[in-house]
Amino acid sequence: MNPVPAVKTLVIDGTDVSASSDQTILDAAQENGISIPTLCHLDGLTEVGACRMCLVELKGSTKLQPACVTLVEEGMEVTTQTPRLQKYRRMVLELLFAERNHVCSVCVANNMCGLQDQAKSHGVTHVRFPYRSPALPVDVSHERFALDHNRCILCTRCVRVCNEIEGAHTWDLLGRGVNSLLISDLHEPWGESDTCTSCGKCVQVCPTGALFDKSKVGGKERKNPDFLSYLNDMREGLR
Amino acid sequence: MSKPTLATVWLDGCSGCHMSILDMDERLVELSEQFDLVYSPLVDCKEFPEQVDITLIEGSVSSDEDDRKIRAVRARTRILVSLGDCAVTGNVPAMRNSIPVPELLDWVYKGNGLLQEQVPADRLPSLLPRVRPIHEVVNVDVFVPGCPPSADTIFTVISELLAGRVPDVAALSRFGV
Repeated sequence: MNPVPAVKTLVIDGTDVSASSDQTILDAAQENGISIPTLCHLDGLTEVGACRMCLVELKGSTKLQPACVTLVEEGMEVTTQTPRLQKYRRMVLELLFAERNHVCSVCVANNMCGLQDQAKSHGVTHVRFPYRSPALPVDVSHERFALDHNRCILCTRCVRVCNEIEGAHTWDLLGRGVNSLLISDLHEPWGESDTCTSCGKCVQVCPTGALFDKSKVGGKERKNPDFLSYLNDMREGLR
Repeated sequence: MSKPTLATVWLDGCSGCHMSILDMDERLVELSEQFDLVYSPLVDCKEFPEQVDITLIEGSVSSDEDDRKIRAVRARTRILVSLGDCAVTGNVPAMRNSIPVPELLDWVYKGNGLLQEQVPADRLPSLLPRVRPIHEVVNVDVFVPGCPPSADTIFTVISELLAGRVPDVAALSRFGV
C-alpha cells in the first residue's frame, strides 16, 4: 500500500496554499487558480520539463526551477511572474521560432497554435535571434495524417500520448539537441509503420501544426486534447 | 508648423499589407489629414525624400536592390516600422532559405516543360543567398507582426506614432492569422 501523502503548505505569488507532497508546483498553482505558462505539459500525460516555459523562482535559490517537475516542499516560497522569468520565457519562445521554419501565415494550425498563442501573450512581436532556416522533410506517407518537421517544437506530447495512453510507442526522438528529430518506429515513413494504430491521438495533442489531419486546410486544424482526462479517469475507474 | 511626413515601402511581400492600409476605408481620409504621404507605391514619387518622420516597410530583404533600398530608407527615416510578417520574420519569402539560389532558379525557370527555358538575369535585381527580416539588416523601431496586420492595428499604430506615443503592438497583433 502506498503511504498517504503528507500535506505541505507553501506560498505561491504571495498566496498561502496547501498541496499534497506528491504534487508539483504547477499542480498546486493550477488548483489555486494561479496561471503558469506551459507548452510541453498536458493534463493526463507524464511531465518531461522539455520546454522550460514554466520556470519559476524559489526563495533562497538563484536557480530557476521548472514548475511541472518540481515537487512542493514545506515552507516553499514560489514566484511565477517576475521580469527575469518573463525575459527567459520570451527568449525560449524566440529560440523556438528561430530553430525551425514556423511560418504562421501558411500553417494549418494558424490561430489555433500553442506556440503562436504564447508568443502573443508574452509580447513577442519579433525574434531577435537569426533564423536557422533548416531544410527539413515533411512526411505525408500516412493515409490520413501528416508530419511537418518544420513546425515541430520537440515537446514530445505525441511521443508520450502514443506510449502512455495508446500503448503503441510509434513515436520517439532521434538525435540530440538541435539535431533532434521526431521519428516513427525505426525512422521509417509513418505510413509504413507496423505499430501505428491510426488513432490520431498524437495529432490532437500536438500544440502546433507539426502533426495534422490531411483533410484540414490552412487555419482549420483545431486540436482537441480534452479526451485525455476522460481516458485517464476511466482507467482509474472514476467514470 | 508643417505636418509630419509618412512613407511606405514595398520590398519582398505580396502587397497585402498595403491592401490592409487601404482597408482602413473612410478612416484613411481623416488620418491622412494629419500627415503628408511623401513616398509610397500608392503615390507617384520616384526618389525617397532626404528626411521622413515615419516609414512603414512591407516585405523582407530578398535581393541586392532590397538591401540597398532599406539601408537608404533607414538613413533617411526617423521612426522605421516593420509592417507585417514578411518584414518582421521573413515569412513566405524566407521559405526558400534552405535551397541554394542557383538550384532554386533552375527549379523555377527550367525543366518544367517551359517553351523557353532560361534563368532571367539581365537588368534584374539578383537574389541574396538568404531572405532576411528587416531588423537583421538595419535597426527597426516598431514591429507590427501579422499576415497582414489588420486595418484596425495599422490605424492604431499610425495614430499613436503621430501622437508621439509608442504603440503597444503586442496587444493588437500576432504572427500569422
